[in-house]
Amino acid sequence: MALSDDQVRRLARLARIAIRPQDSAPVVERLNRVLLLIDQLRAVDTAGIEPMAHALDVVQRLRPDKVTEEDQRERFQSEAPSKDKGLYLVPKVIE
Amino acid sequence: MLNSTLSELSGALAAKKISSVELTRLYLERIGKLNGGLNAFISFEEPLALAAASRADERRARGETHPLLGIPIAHKDIICTRELRTTCGSKMLERYVSPYDAHVIEQFNAAGSVLLGKCNMDEFAMGSSSETSYFGPVRNPWDRRLVTGGSSGGSAAAVAARMAPAATGTDTGGSIRQPAALSGVCGMKPTYGAVSRYGLVAFASSLDQAGPLAKSAADLALMMNVMAGFDARDSTSVERPKEDYSEKLKISMAGLRIGLPREYFGEGIEPGVRKAVDDAVRWFESQGARKVPIELPSTRLAVPVYYVIAPAEASSNLSRFDGVRYGHRAETYADLADMYARTRDEGFGAEVKRRILVGTYVLSHGYYDAYYLQAQKVRRLIAREFAAAFERCDLILGPTSPTTAFALGAKADDPVQMYLNDIFTIPAPLAGLPGLSIPCGFDAKGLPVGLQLMGKHFSEATLLGAAHRYQQATDWHLRVPKETPL
Repeated sequence: MALSDDQVRRLARLARIAIRPQDSAPVVERLNRVLLLIDQLRAVDTAGIEPMAHALDVVQRLRPDKVTEEDQRERFQSEAPSKDKGLYLVPKVIE
Repeated sequence: MLNSTLSELSGALAAKKISSVELTRLYLERIGKLNGGLNAFISFEEPLALAAASRADERRARGETHPLLGIPIAHKDIICTRELRTTCGSKMLERYVSPYDAHVIEQFNAAGSVLLGKCNMDEFAMGSSSETSYFGPVRNPWDRRLVTGGSSGGSAAAVAARMAPAATGTDTGGSIRQPAALSGVCGMKPTYGAVSRYGLVAFASSLDQAGPLAKSAADLALMMNVMAGFDARDSTSVERPKEDYSEKLKISMAGLRIGLPREYFGEGIEPGVRKAVDDAVRWFESQGARKVPIELPSTRLAVPVYYVIAPAEASSNLSRFDGVRYGHRAETYADLADMYARTRDEGFGAEVKRRILVGTYVLSHGYYDAYYLQAQKVRRLIAREFAAAFERCDLILGPTSPTTAFALGAKADDPVQMYLNDIFTIPAPLAGLPGLSIPCGFDAKGLPVGLQLMGKHFSEATLLGAAHRYQQATDWHLRVPKETPL
């Protein structure tokens, strides 16, 4: 199924990716080529097949509920594009 | 010295014929000479590498020994290092320095290896040609007009051009084996869970595995001895006794059952690739191995399955890049939503954005069952076919890639043509199986051909042993690219 420009714009909004107007046509065209490829799957008979979510059939390991990480707040924040008094800054979201 | 194997270098260091500082300097000089043309490394810092080499020399002087003590190793730039930035080949992480070392890096540090530099790659490991890097494409040492394969193309080119004795890579759909094949070196994707993913920037978490690239299977074994092992910080790391892969290299070929999948020898394979692989199969037969014809009928579905599952997982994993806590942030924006959208538009390249959009689509309401769940079901079909095949054979042989290295730009405009290049490397990670690629000859253009060996879960020792036996009888793996003579 080929996606329309509007559908791709909606996906881009969900994925939080801006698409510049001049990029729109090639983005939609190449995306549709990929969808044509994955559409092959829809014809496969998979009745009664369990989905495989993981490469190995193993049970998730449990660990003791203990603090293992040391506090590196300042080191972590040194990577932030914008910060103040130990807080990460983002544009105002509440009027 | 530059063409020496890891064990030869190790011997030279132990015999005090050379120091780690001297050896590291030799490789740094080689990088300085060749990197401008090949673009295999994104980062390398001479003082840092020499300081690590000097520490290794001190450790050896104190009586410490380890096969990789003092040996410089290059790492794919998706593996977190505290000492050098980790860019993932992306503008998003252009200046990112990780606050911690990956498990793999800790293991190499403990062994006393020297961090030589960080290798170029397709952005966030999404690509098969190392052309999607923000830092420019990697060029193939055998012919600079060609790609090295990808995504671990920088690692493969570094080893091929003898700019590093060995390197690490990561493989999600072929990203170690395919560039190894196209660059004429050896590369192994271990069983899922064999090597810790702690400190690997995540692309598709149910598939990603780190592994080694080196000149020989014996060198891969030495690297695996350092890289593999349980790590509680990766919830998918498998608890099992540590193996000594080097000890197990001398396997017997007599009676070894070699599966040849019909689907891996069909149409679409270049004649030069076909011939080199057929010759290799004949060599295994001459050593007492037995050919077993097998069928893996769902092979043709592996690429579409992968291009649902990998983008789905990527769209989730890459949602962390929001311009708030680390990485790139757009200069101008109207509000928070606009900041996210512009940051991600500017920070990611076209292929990464395409995969995020595909992943968002296949996970979205109304399409999840038709694509994502369906892909997971077909993934199980593929895994079952391998399991059935491995009841009849001990390992599976075939070409790593249907073609040898292709021209830079040749497939850059058509994502699907690029994806189909990985048809033989995508199935193994879908089933969690180990696979390795070794050089097995050259085509008429003089380009290296890769032979792929796949095995059951945790059969790395068998794969490495079979490859090692082959390399004792052949010298394809020791050929040096003519554009980068020693």
